Amino acid sequence: MAANKNMLLKKLDYSILQQCMHCGMCLPTCPTYMETKRERNSPRGRISLMRAIADDEMELSASFADEMYYCLGCLACVTACPAGVDYVELFESARADAESSEVQGHGMRDFWRWLTLEVLFMRPRLLRSLGMVLRWYQQMGLEHMVRKLKLTMILPKKLRDLEPQTPQMARSFSNELIDEIESPTGSKKYRVALLTGCVQDLVFSNINRDTVDVLLANGCEVVTPSVQYCCGSLHGHNGAPHLARELARRQLDMFDVGSLDAIITNAGGCGSHLKHYGHLLQDDAVYAGRAAQWDAKVKDIHEWLVEIGFRKPTSGCGTVSATYHESCHLCHGQKITSQPRSILSSIPGLKVTELPESNWCCGSAGIYNITQPEQSAKLLKRKVEHIDSTSAETVVTSNPGCHMQLVNGLLSKPESSCHKVSQPVTLLAEAYRNEVSSPL
Amino acid sequence: MAIAASEFIDQLGKLLGDTEVLSEAEDLIPYSFDGTAALKQKPWCVVFPRSTDEVAACVQLAAKHQVSIVTRGSGTGLSGGSVPLTGSMVLCLVKLDRIIEVDAENLTLRAQCGVITKEIDDAAAKHGLFYPPDPGSMKISTIGGNVAENSGGLRGLKYGVTRDYVMGMTVVLPSGEVVWLGNKCVKDVAGYSLKDLFVGSEGTLGIITEVLLKLLPRPMARRTMLAMYDTMEEAAETVSAIIAAKIIPCTLEFLDQMTLKCVEDYSKIGLPTDVAALLLMETDGHPAAVEDEANRMLDIAKKHGAREVKMAKDDAEGARLAAARRNAFSALARMKPTTILEDVTVPRSELVKMVRFIRETAEKHKLLIGTFGHMGDGNLHPTFLTNEKDTEEMHRVEIALGEIVDKTLELGGTVTGEHGVGLAKKAFLRQQFGEGSYQLLRTIKFALDPQKLLNPGKIFD
Ligand SMILES: Cc1cc2nc3c(=O)[nH]c(=O)nc-3n(C[C@H](O)[C@H](O)[C@H](O)COP(=O)(O)OP(=O)(O)OC[C@H]3O[C@@H](n4cnc5c(N)ncnc54)[C@H](O)[C@@H]3O)c2cc1C
Ligand code: SF4
Ligand code: SF4
Repeated sequence: MAANKNMLLKKLDYSILQQCMHCGMCLPTCPTYMETKRERNSPRGRISLMRAIADDEMELSASFADEMYYCLGCLACVTACPAGVDYVELFESARADAESSEVQGHGMRDFWRWLTLEVLFMRPRLLRSLGMVLRWYQQMGLEHMVRKLKLTMILPKKLRDLEPQTPQMARSFSNELIDEIESPTGSKKYRVALLTGCVQDLVFSNINRDTVDVLLANGCEVVTPSVQYCCGSLHGHNGAPHLARELARRQLDMFDVGSLDAIITNAGGCGSHLKHYGHLLQDDAVYAGRAAQWDAKVKDIHEWLVEIGFRKPTSGCGTVSATYHESCHLCHGQKITSQPRSILSSIPGLKVTELPESNWCCGSAGIYNITQPEQSAKLLKRKVEHIDSTSAETVVTSNPGCHMQLVNGLLSKPESSCHKVSQPVTLLAEAYRNEVSSPL
Repeated sequence: MAIAASEFIDQLGKLLGDTEVLSEAEDLIPYSFDGTAALKQKPWCVVFPRSTDEVAACVQLAAKHQVSIVTRGSGTGLSGGSVPLTGSMVLCLVKLDRIIEVDAENLTLRAQCGVITKEIDDAAAKHGLFYPPDPGSMKISTIGGNVAENSGGLRGLKYGVTRDYVMGMTVVLPSGEVVWLGNKCVKDVAGYSLKDLFVGSEGTLGIITEVLLKLLPRPMARRTMLAMYDTMEEAAETVSAIIAAKIIPCTLEFLDQMTLKCVEDYSKIGLPTDVAALLLMETDGHPAAVEDEANRMLDIAKKHGAREVKMAKDDAEGARLAAARRNAFSALARMKPTTILEDVTVPRSELVKMVRFIRETAEKHKLLIGTFGHMGDGNLHPTFLTNEKDTEEMHRVEIALGEIVDKTLELGGTVTGEHGVGLAKKAFLRQQFGEGSYQLLRTIKFALDPQKLLNPGKIFD
């Protein structure tokens, strides 16, 4: 029987479970509940199931595990909950218990979990090598050919459906674009580190470059180690807390935190996890202190720029109109909502239109678009319709998962006036660059 | 019930489609509670009908097999009204969610019972119209739940409660028969006002599947302000003085210091946390009248000891303040694991006494009580912050609760102003009603529902 005493849900401080007073104020913000109108797909429903397990009223079943993976982990409920329920702790514990009790069966699911969580996202060099192979495959035109010849037919159905969503690898990865230490031309006011991310590094290394440029333009010296570990958010959210802890320790070992004014992250999903190393490593005698210091220094790029009073550009960015989609873990996880908007509104000539439901999940949600393609597609459709309603030419976001999801979404609506996905730092970097090429 | 569970569920599946019938533990546990603390009970099954006909079919099937029926909207009730009993079928009506008509000529709106309260007002607003009842839960509560509880809101003082807006309804009776009650006429004295029997009936007399609501023209202007006090009594005196000055503002909401701290902790909109009490006041209507009333209210508040009065700078700020107030109850849950909320209401002239009594009771029994409420309506929500696992403290809570109820009744009040009796207030009803009127309640219930199928055990046994 799965009801072992070691389950995190049973060991959890019980008051965290009791904190939910089932008022239902979170329901209208939960994308899965609003889709099905079923309580088990709602925050308070999920919490009641977790509590039933902690109370030994119910066994941890496959159906419970499915429910935890149907949850997007978008944390909209955390923003909505007036009672201050710590849904992150509950959700991560529940997924970890679902994994350790092995109720979801073995087979292919085990293989993919092993390959991604334990192999690829634990070994940055290996991940980059895979990225290089994929880049070569895409650049040689092989991808195009394979699709044309329908060679993807040899893939299992699930993979075949996902294949068109394979992200386009960047021409160069971050280490090829960014030096380990870059100094501003003018006076140096701050020394910061840049975390390049995993997907960000392989697919959006240009955004990392833009981030460095923006930091340099604002008097920051930027330290960017060429090989970096995954932050562990993927592991934390997917029921592998031991691996998340291991990656947090490696991350801490990589930097001399004391010598830095800030540690910059530009991916909403990573940032939300990176700011909680203190909690993750609280029982670690060696690392707990450093982790707490680390938490205080991790800053989302938009947060940092506004904090240091970033310089407003004097040129435009070449984009006329934009609308802003909020990454869940930036707005709900880190409560950063006004800063990206301030950056956008500082750019001369850029018309920014508010996106209806801007903080509603786009369905990317980590690897949700892979594990729950149907629900993910529904959310994406809803998002794209809202984007279209703004008539903006560009949609701006700040997380690689959202970025890729939106690119795929816009492809499915070619008639929309919106054709481009970008990020606030990219537009800001572009505006700074235009100052030099065409000074006002 | 004489039928086997699997057989009954099969038959429901044939009526509604299998996906609309839930019976697995993982599906049922989340339907074992509503917004009320410490009440929990798993149902037999949950069904999601999508039309009046489907509701009627479910009721007929249940009646045939003597299965009790618990009607449920969004489950935000605060008296345990939609907490199921063992072996009951939960009739969850959230999928009856269509607005059928907005009639701008007659100022009415017709909607299915599962429409969310806020969506009713949003739909009215598109026509320059207004649906005033705005319970704190309006973003998720259903209109059917509002009618069944006769819910109030933040605007009760001027605009009344849900009952004042119900012109008609479709009801499925316990026999499965469907009736329509009411019409679009402003005046109507044909027969008994049967629709009124179902308003506030808490799912014990019939299932309301459609409602016809009265709308008002949307007020042209509104002003919101905050008055801060060093004592709760001064806030209560201000309320009495405003009413005595023949001003009827739409909102006079009260929050004590503990509530303020919790609300500010959550919403971070700059509410003062160093004052003993705060009044959120709002007036709406014609711009000139609003201006005049706002100024007079400001003067009265100052005269009655307000340390400071702040006007909201625009409608958006006013809306933010009201939204923060709506979170008061849930925000109080930040303090302690269990939040037990009361709903006592007294004639407005007795408010000062009641507020003082609540404070003294908390001190006497060494309990944490946060109080907020619709002060303009004499409706207070003293909220016990406690832990259901601490039996000794829970015992003191019970004693304190009994004392507050006694005092309320002594002052000519009622044990529930807007949350209903359900399970939570059942024990006090006889005390408030007296024997004759209590029996009358039962007579009505059993005339309509002789088989005792609808929400048994709620309001009375
Ligand atoms: C945070 C919060 C704030 C609140 N603020 C207020 C407030 O300001 N004022 C106020 O009055 N209440 C308030 N409430 C209480 C609650 O929201 C109301 O009672 C609301 O009307 C319940 O609606 P519901 O759809 O959730 O109904 P439920 O809780 O599902 O049901 C309530 C009762 O109505 C019955 N019922 C539901 N639908 C129907 C139907 N169609 N036909 C027949 N019977 C039905 C149920 O059987 C049950 O007895 C608040 C609750 C919360 C959690
Ligand atoms: S999670 Fe928060 S908002 Fe949702 S029901 Fe629980 S207490 Fe209420
Ligand atoms: S994380 Fe998102 S999907 Fe999951 S319960 Fe919260 S709001 Fe719903």
